Amino acid sequence: MDSPILSVEDLSLDFHLRTHILHAVRNVSFDLYRGRTLALVGESGSGKSVTARALLRIVDRPGQMVGGRILLRTDHIELDLAPLAANSREVRAVRGARIGLIFQEPMASLSPVHTIGSQIDEMLRLHAGLDKKAARARTIELLGQVEIPNPAEMADRYTFEFSGGMRQRAMIAMALACNPDVLIADEPTTALDVTTQAEILDLIKRLQVERGMAMLLITHDMGVVAEVADDVAVMRFGKIVEQGSVDDIFHAPRHPYTKRLLASTLKLEQAAEVRAGQRGEPGPILTIRNLAKTYGGAKGFLGTSKFAVKAVDDVSLTLNAGENLGIVGESGSGKTTLGRLILRTVEPSSGQVLYKDRQGRDVDVTALSKSGLRKFHADVRLIFQDPFASLNPRMTIGQIVGDPLVVAGGHTARQIQEKVAELLGLVGLDPAVMERYPHAFSGGQRQRIGIARALALDPRVVIADEATSALDVSIRSQILDLLLDIQQRLDLSFIFISHDISVVRYFCDRVAVMHRGKVVEVGPADKICTAPDADYTRALISAVPNPDPRHKRMLHRTRFNPDLQPTA
Amino acid sequence: MLSYILKRLVYMIPTLIGMSIISFAIIQLPPGDYLTSLMSTLADGGAPIDAATVERLRSQYGLDQPIWLQYGKWMAGILFRGDFGFSFEWNQPVAEVIWSRMGSTLALSFAALLFVWAVSLPIGIYSAVRRHSVGDYVFTFLGFIGLAVPNFIFALTLMYVSFRVFGQSVGGLYSPEYVDAPWSWAKLWDLIMHLWIPIIVIGTSGTAAMIRILRANLTDELAKPYVTTARAKGLPEYKVIVKYPVRIALNPFVSAIGWVLPELVSGVTITAIVLNLPTAGPLLLRALVAQDMYLAGSFILLLSVLTLAGMLVSDILLALLDPRIRFN
Amino acid sequence: MTMTPSLDDAVLEDGPAISGLKPGLAPTSDAAAGQWTLIARKFLAQKLAVFCGGVILALYLVAALAEFLAPGLPDTSRAQFTYAPPQSIGLFTPEGTFQPHIKGYKVEIDQEALRRTFVVDDSIVVPIGFFVEGPAYKFWGLFESNRHLMGPLDPTQPMYLLGADRLGRDLLSRLIYGTRISMSIGLIGVCLSLMLGVVLGSISGYFGGWIDTVVQRIIEVVSAMPTIPLWLGLAAAIPLTWSPVQVYFVITVIVSLLGWTGLAREVRGRFFALRNEDFVTAAKLDGSSERRVIFRHILPSLTSHILAVVTLAVPSMIIAETSLSFLGVGLKAPVVSWGVLLQDAQNIRSISTAPWLLIWPSLAVVIAVLSFNFFGDGLRDAADPYES
Repeated sequence: MDSPILSVEDLSLDFHLRTHILHAVRNVSFDLYRGRTLALVGESGSGKSVTARALLRIVDRPGQMVGGRILLRTDHIELDLAPLAANSREVRAVRGARIGLIFQEPMASLSPVHTIGSQIDEMLRLHAGLDKKAARARTIELLGQVEIPNPAEMADRYTFEFSGGMRQRAMIAMALACNPDVLIADEPTTALDVTTQAEILDLIKRLQVERGMAMLLITHDMGVVAEVADDVAVMRFGKIVEQGSVDDIFHAPRHPYTKRLLASTLKLEQAAEVRAGQRGEPGPILTIRNLAKTYGGAKGFLGTSKFAVKAVDDVSLTLNAGENLGIVGESGSGKTTLGRLILRTVEPSSGQVLYKDRQGRDVDVTALSKSGLRKFHADVRLIFQDPFASLNPRMTIGQIVGDPLVVAGGHTARQIQEKVAELLGLVGLDPAVMERYPHAFSGGQRQRIGIARALALDPRVVIADEATSALDVSIRSQILDLLLDIQQRLDLSFIFISHDISVVRYFCDRVAVMHRGKVVEVGPADKICTAPDADYTRALISAVPNPDPRHKRMLHRTRFNPDLQPTA
Repeated sequence: MLSYILKRLVYMIPTLIGMSIISFAIIQLPPGDYLTSLMSTLADGGAPIDAATVERLRSQYGLDQPIWLQYGKWMAGILFRGDFGFSFEWNQPVAEVIWSRMGSTLALSFAALLFVWAVSLPIGIYSAVRRHSVGDYVFTFLGFIGLAVPNFIFALTLMYVSFRVFGQSVGGLYSPEYVDAPWSWAKLWDLIMHLWIPIIVIGTSGTAAMIRILRANLTDELAKPYVTTARAKGLPEYKVIVKYPVRIALNPFVSAIGWVLPELVSGVTITAIVLNLPTAGPLLLRALVAQDMYLAGSFILLLSVLTLAGMLVSDILLALLDPRIRFN
Repeated sequence: MTMTPSLDDAVLEDGPAISGLKPGLAPTSDAAAGQWTLIARKFLAQKLAVFCGGVILALYLVAALAEFLAPGLPDTSRAQFTYAPPQSIGLFTPEGTFQPHIKGYKVEIDQEALRRTFVVDDSIVVPIGFFVEGPAYKFWGLFESNRHLMGPLDPTQPMYLLGADRLGRDLLSRLIYGTRISMSIGLIGVCLSLMLGVVLGSISGYFGGWIDTVVQRIIEVVSAMPTIPLWLGLAAAIPLTWSPVQVYFVITVIVSLLGWTGLAREVRGRFFALRNEDFVTAAKLDGSSERRVIFRHILPSLTSHILAVVTLAVPSMIIAETSLSFLGVGLKAPVVSWGVLLQDAQNIRSISTAPWLLIWPSLAVVIAVLSFNFFGDGLRDAADPYES
């Protein structure tokens, strides 16, 4: 193997915060080689993104480099970026020209008021010294290389006229514009749907190999690591705890943290062992019939009628008592709206939701009055996605969890306190936290509080809307196990809405797959995840990265083009 | 783009109607109508008029009709004949008195707006980029003072200072020798020498407010990922800032016309009264004190329309500046 | 390849590496600190805002105790002391004994202008003291007294610490009485504004639909109209025959009428933003009625913001009153407010004869407005202790 093109030695970064100093990166060392990909993996707060930015010296205040060397070896010259001033000419000559960078949020990372083309032209004119015309010609060529259709036309479009995947392609074109030696991709696919993620990773990998670039891939997703990386460095709390080839890390991990990380990831690759299966009296507890929600379609301002969007289109599903029903789909598939329609926080345009109450009577939820709906909401509860926004920061944990009981009435303050203590115990929190406020808790702990609140009124059905997607993978499996454990103890049914196939496979008995507002397939979780019938599901499942470098799946995936499908 | 402008225009119609109703309400607000005050004036002068004449005048001016009909007549007069009613104090139609004064008001407001922009843009950028520097603190402090000093106190103070320092009073737009002189370079220079005080007085609080807005917006924008992208491209720092975040932070800068312009027009009104400038302000005050209500109401209406027109301009500028607005 | 770090730190760290800013300084815990505790902490950290809060308190104290604090009465005129210049306080008499005193006046005839002018005569010593007896007043119109915080020991002697006006009235006393009027107009005006804003805002927010649209359009119309011409128009309609108290209230109403739009807009915006927060949806799903959601979940999140916005609205009310009174369409004599005082400084002639007539009332206005601005700014920054 030849010498590394970029070496990082003992890099350390501190953040001087208001109350303390955070040692965000501590003595980090690694090497990047031409044609190889090093994945820097870690959970949130591990310091992986800051490390990536430090290589280009674009760490935002109050972060500052306190030690280490960043050695870039191009054209037989070794340049140490660390001692240079952050905005010096030498550093600027490296940025974009020698080291390209791709960010997580393509929408936010591109200027909203400049055309895509002009943002790429700018780089070519800056580093390659091209004139306006030559730069634009090269831009169009680059956009073609990243497989943007009609590149000449799209170059004059603005960011908001691109779809998410197309924006990231444009971002890649920009990063590669000046043929850099090193490409840093900072969570390049985290904001994208799984099928788009597969395409983008494909593209990045192919361009990297074609151009013989070194790549530093920052990610939290072990599946992506297994699919793309050659070498892996595992980061935790600012330190690299283990470093090695991708095969070693996955098949012979040595550090306990790496082992734990892998275990949490692999655990979600199969169904949970303790899954309850069918319990309680069989038969549907919730029946959804031809539910639909249409937005827009009304007359516009000057008499122009706007396009009607069918967010949920004629969906029929049943949830059996004691069952976990998963609803998967990509962004815009209507899965979240479906959850809101069932609870009627969004009013359905048409269709019916039937609920079999405790007395065994069928209740038509869509026709319920305000007070009837309140009773329904006591039985059917929601767990939110965002553990930060869903807890009122101005109330104590005791007040938050006890609020449903206070509203329901009929409890003394003492009874409420006892019940809250019991609920907190149930979700694995010390009842003494009752006096504290949400800001004292981490994301995972907050999600437990949210679960305790959902359980306060002894519900029968819980709708979990992306309840684990804001959490790190190790916390994620803990929360899923907690939910399963609670289900063992209480008589509960779950509707689990998620974009994450592995979570659904782990947690659910049956899965419904949604695409463009419609349910394309319903079936047992094992079948959907291994041998689905619908083309769309097949494409979706095969695009999920497999956390095993010996069995890369994504590159052999099935593709699905909805516009080529016969319309039903 | 054209449909966007059209939409804004249509959207402004209800606002215009609302403004005209408020202006008319002010005309109607003083007890009695202008015939009552005319009568008392004439009576004071020892020449009372008889009841029949009053009745005749009353029906001639439509004062015996219901309020809404009077409003309709007033509006119809303005819209179709440019007739704003009759000024009793000046004894001629309002329209004759009003236009020249409105012209100078417009000019002064516009000049003040340019002043606000020209001063606040560089300072705002400096303050946001060099946050918590000595310069930032100085500008912030000056800004607070600028916001705290009412226009008329500022005008009086400048008047006093220039009287003590230069030994001359600074009222009016021209020195006495140029007031009736034909246009010449010397007269223009004289005008400019007189204009800077009112412009500073009128523009200062707007400038201070604008600096604060720009600083806050730009601070937000500077933290956005696209700025990091621009930096990662290898652009020099000044270009990173000027081409991207400043460009976007200009949006609130332009849309601020919506509330800065009413403030400037307000400022022109009161400053002109203090400095005795030939704009709408002194005339409006005189009309109000004399209860010459059609003149006063017309002034209020036209000053409001002036700010509304400013808003339209800002909407159009905004659309030119930001493709997201243009395309929606 | 770089070697994998040794596994000596196999014991897992359980948190990010941090250290105190100074050695031995433990980070404080606010795990059990509620909203107002956090707001208070954040606010108290802003020294300037806290100081300005003190200034505001002092101003209201002056307003409350005006009769006692003023050395004289606001409308006692002494024609023989027209435009008497300010005197300063001395501690030791020319003989060297300790005796707080002011200097008397002597008259000089300006030969050129043929005018009587006053100059401070160093040879005349007028002893002054604290808690002296002076002109009788009725404190808040309730009980009579003649004690003043400070004044000449001999009440017949003139004392003009800030100078006298055209009628020989004491500017300091007038300024102190004016504080009561000007500062209270700000306070009452803002309360009226808040009531209007909250009532209309809630109606608008609660019913939504076309009512919301109408209210919003009204706000738009009113805020698009230039304020001073509007104020002038409304204030000029006040009949000359009305009593000072009536005028005072009408002016307060006018000032607040035009100030509520900003308040209503701000409150409405925050209200709507909060209504879409997850925790509010959660409260609804917990079974809370619309009323409970608003009072238990939304309003507690709004109050600190409303408080800040209200504080920041006071200065514009003070400026409005001052401007109207200055122009002669607001408060009128015998009522004394800062604006009424500034009426005496309307033209360059009176300003150059007696600059103190411009300086002191202006200073009072500027200090009040500045203090409210800094104080309100501090409140606003502290209003949301949860944003990072």
